[in-house]
Amino acid sequence: MIRITVSPDPIDVAAELARLETDGAGAVATFTGLVRGDDGVETLELEHYPGATERALEQLARSACARWPLAAATIVHRVGAMTPGERIVFVGTASAHRAAALEACAYLIDRLKTDAPFWKRETVGGAARWVEARAGDATAATRWES
Amino acid sequence: MRILYFAWVRERVGVAEEEVTPPADVADVAALIDWLATRSDGHRAAFADPARLRAAVDQAFVALDAPVAGAREVAIFPPVTGG
Repeated sequence: MIRITVSPDPIDVAAELARLETDGAGAVATFTGLVRGDDGVETLELEHYPGATERALEQLARSACARWPLAAATIVHRVGAMTPGERIVFVGTASAHRAAALEACAYLIDRLKTDAPFWKRETVGGAARWVEARAGDATAATRWES
Repeated sequence: MRILYFAWVRERVGVAEEEVTPPADVADVAALIDWLATRSDGHRAAFADPARLRAAVDQAFVALDAPVAGAREVAIFPPVTGG
């Protein structure tokens, strides 16, 4: 079961986890990303490409299901305005055993960073700036190419 | 052809989307960007450094040498920063 959500609403991790646990697998792995407050970041705004974003996340989840024996894959990404400490992304996978669940979860968050059309704009000291892509994210995504 | 802009590309161009009819010799995304750059100073500023641009044709990510013939929607944007 693939579940994709892109929404300005806060992410309810307990509800997402409960859904993954009803998918009848023996192992559930999750990743939660929080808005960092480094360098005095006051607010973070997430812009996305409606339609294309959901399509990219769906494709990503399907590619994970083709690669590992998953009972479920969930991707929830928040958009709009957020403050440090709030959840920005949740990825969860369910499988019969831990290795597939853990690997697929890492794959989904690594690939999401480079393959889905989201853009972050942070406000520091009242001034807004677009966050630059990190070279490390591209490197992390390429480790799954083999 | 519908053109969409996101993030700082959108801010520099000054609009989120526009409808255009490029000439027939505009074959790929890179050529489309060069042609769009002539539309205004804002477009020129947004497209000054093509190495910082990414694109999608009909909502699928593509390289800048991808063809645009027959495309209904082309999006131009900076490298993505989600997650």
